[in-house]
Amino acid sequence: MSTASVPLPNWINYGLIPVLNLIIAFLISGLVVWFIGESPLDALNLLLQGALGSGEGIGFTLFYATSFIFTGLSVAVAIHAGLFNIGSEGQAYVGGLGCALVALTLDNYVPWYVTMPFAVIGSAIFGALWALIPAWLQAKRGSHVVITTIMFNFIASAMMNFILVHVLIVPGKMAPETRTFLAGGQLPKLDWLMGIFGSTIGAAPLNVSFLIALVMCFLVWVLVWRTKLGYEMRTLGLSPTAAVYAGIPYARTVIIAMLLSGGLAGMMALNPVMGASARLQVEFVLGAGFVGIAVSLMGRNHPAGIILAAILFGILYQGGDALSFDMPKITRDMIVVIQGLVILFAGALEYMFRPVMVRTYQKFARA
Amino acid sequence: MEYYELLISILGSTIRLSIPLIFTALAGLFSERAGIFDIGLEGKMLASAFAAACVASVSGSAWAGLGAGIVISVAFGLLHGFASITNRGNQIVSGVAINFLTAGLTIVLGQAWFGQGGRTPTLPAEARFASITLPGANAIHDVPFIGPLYANVISGNNILTYLAFLAVPISWWILYRTRFGLRLRAVGENPGAVDTAGISVEWLRYRSLIVAGILCGFSGTYLAIAQSAAFINNMSAGKGYIALAALIFAKWKPVPVMFTCLLFGFLDAFANFMQGKAVPGIGEVPVQIFQALPYILTCILLAGFIGVAKPPKAGGVPYTKER
Repeated sequence: MSTASVPLPNWINYGLIPVLNLIIAFLISGLVVWFIGESPLDALNLLLQGALGSGEGIGFTLFYATSFIFTGLSVAVAIHAGLFNIGSEGQAYVGGLGCALVALTLDNYVPWYVTMPFAVIGSAIFGALWALIPAWLQAKRGSHVVITTIMFNFIASAMMNFILVHVLIVPGKMAPETRTFLAGGQLPKLDWLMGIFGSTIGAAPLNVSFLIALVMCFLVWVLVWRTKLGYEMRTLGLSPTAAVYAGIPYARTVIIAMLLSGGLAGMMALNPVMGASARLQVEFVLGAGFVGIAVSLMGRNHPAGIILAAILFGILYQGGDALSFDMPKITRDMIVVIQGLVILFAGALEYMFRPVMVRTYQKFARA
Repeated sequence: MEYYELLISILGSTIRLSIPLIFTALAGLFSERAGIFDIGLEGKMLASAFAAACVASVSGSAWAGLGAGIVISVAFGLLHGFASITNRGNQIVSGVAINFLTAGLTIVLGQAWFGQGGRTPTLPAEARFASITLPGANAIHDVPFIGPLYANVISGNNILTYLAFLAVPISWWILYRTRFGLRLRAVGENPGAVDTAGISVEWLRYRSLIVAGILCGFSGTYLAIAQSAAFINNMSAGKGYIALAALIFAKWKPVPVMFTCLLFGFLDAFANFMQGKAVPGIGEVPVQIFQALPYILTCILLAGFIGVAKPPKAGGVPYTKER
C-alpha cells in the first residue's frame, strides 16, 4: 500500500523529517572524515570553535550567511511558482556587474548611504534581466527553465570574463578586476552589531548587506503569503492547470516570479563586491548560487527557515576554513561534500523516512 | 598546403575533445529517453575519472582503471535511481546533489590518499590507453590529402576513441531495434502503458541508469587516463553540461548526438586555435564567444527558432502506481 497520501501532522512534516534527514547527512559526513583517518568528533569541535568561538568567527559566519540568504530566497521564490531556478549563480554574477557599475560611477561623489540604494536597484535589475530570457523561454516557448538557466550560468561566466578582461580591467594591471571602490562605494562593516554582544568583529567582512538580507526575508514573506501576486504564484506552483483555470495568467506570473528570483540573486553581489573586496573580481560568486539550492531546500522555502539554513551553511563555510587549517588532511572541499549530502537527503531523499513515519504515527494514533 | 595541415591539426583535436562528450551525451540519451533527467552527468564523469586514475595508478593497468571508472559511475547512477525512482524524489535535485558530492569527494579523498592537492600521481605510459596506429597509416602518410587525414585524424587515436564511435550505432540499434530499447523509449513517453503491459517501470528505469553509468564511466576514464595522465581537480570542467546541451541540441537521437558532439568539440578546438590570433578584417575574436556558443545555440534551439526539441513526455516525473 502506498503511504504517500496519508496525512501527517505539521510537526512531523516540517520538523521531525527534515531534522532526521539532516542528521543522516551529517552522520555520513562524519563517516567520510573517519574514513580519511581523522576523528569526526574532533573535527566537529574544531569546526564549531572556528565558526562560533570568537567574534571574528561569528562575523565570518554571518558574512557567508548573508550571501546564502539572498541566493536561498532567490531559489525559494522561484520554487513557490513551480520553477526550479538553477541559474542563481549566473544571475548573482551578472548582478555583480550592476552593483559594480553603480559603485564605480558614484563612489567619487556621494557617501555610501546614497550609493547603497542605487547599488541595490542596480544589482537587482541586472540579476533580474539575466533571468528574463529563461523566464520568457519558459513562459512563451515552453523550453524547460532548468535547462535554460544552466545554459545561462555558463553564458554569464563567459560574458563576465570577457567584460572583466577586456572592458573593466584597470589598464596596466594583470588581474581581471575593476579598480578598488572608494569609501563612497563600500558598504560599512557591522562592528557595532558585534559590539552589542561585547565582542569584536576583527577582520571579518560582515557588512550592512546582512541587514538588507534580513529586510528581504521579511519582504519575501509578505510577498509570498500576504499578497495577491504571492497567492497566484503559489497556486501556479501547486497546479499550473488549476491556476490557469482560475484565471491566473501563466506567462505573466512565471516571468514575474523569475524576475524576482533573479533580482534577489543579483543582490547577493552587494555582499562580496561592495561589502568585502570593494571591487568586482572574476568568479566572485564562488558557488553561492548553488548553495542557495541547499539552503532553500533545507529551509523548506520559508524565509525563517532560509535564515536558519543560511546560518548553518555559514557555520560550515567558516568552520570548514578553520578545520582545514587545523586538520590539513581535511581540505576545504569537505564542505562541498557535506553540502552535497544535505541536498541529497534533505532534497532528493526527503520522502525516504515518510513510510516509516506514517506506520509509526498510525500505530500511536490508534493506541 | 599549409592551411590543410592546420585543418588536419584542428580536426585531430576536434576528435579528442569530442570523445568525452559523445560518451556522456549517449549516457544522457539512455537515461532521459527512459524518463529520468540526468543533471548528474557531470558528477558521474568526474567520479569515474577519479576512480580510473586512482586504480590505474595503484594497479598499473589501464583496463583496471576503466573497470573502476565504470563501477563508480554505475554506483552513482544507482544512487540517482534510489532517490528518484524508488523514493520518487526530485530528479534534478538528486542530480545536483551528485554533482556536489563528487566535486567534493574527489578532492577530499585525492588529498587524503595522495597528498598532491587533489591530483593523482602522474601515470606511467603502460597505465594509460596509448594511441593505436592503424594499419597502413605510415605507408600512406605521404599521399596528398588522404595521407595526413588518415594518419593524423583517423589513425593514432586510443581504443576508447574508436569505442565511442562504435557506441553510436550500437546505441541506435539498442534503442530502435531491440525489445529493451522499445520498452525504454515507451517508459519515457508513457510509463502507465508500460505498467499496464505488465512490465516493471522501476526496473526498466534502473537498467537505463546502469547503461548511462557505464557510458559515463567510459567518458571519465577517457579524460583521466587516455587524454591526460592523471586526475586533476574538477577535471570534467563543465563537459557534462556541454554533453547535456549536445543531447538536447540533437533532439535526443543517437546519430545527431554524435554530430552535435563533434560540432561542439570543433568549436572548442577552434577556440583554442584562435586564442590570440586576429581574423583579417574583424580583429581578435574573443575566445569567450566560442566558449558560450554551444550554450547559446542550445537556448536558441530550445526557443524553437531552429526546429523543435521535444523532450520525452514523461521526463522528470516520478512514476506512481495507482493507489
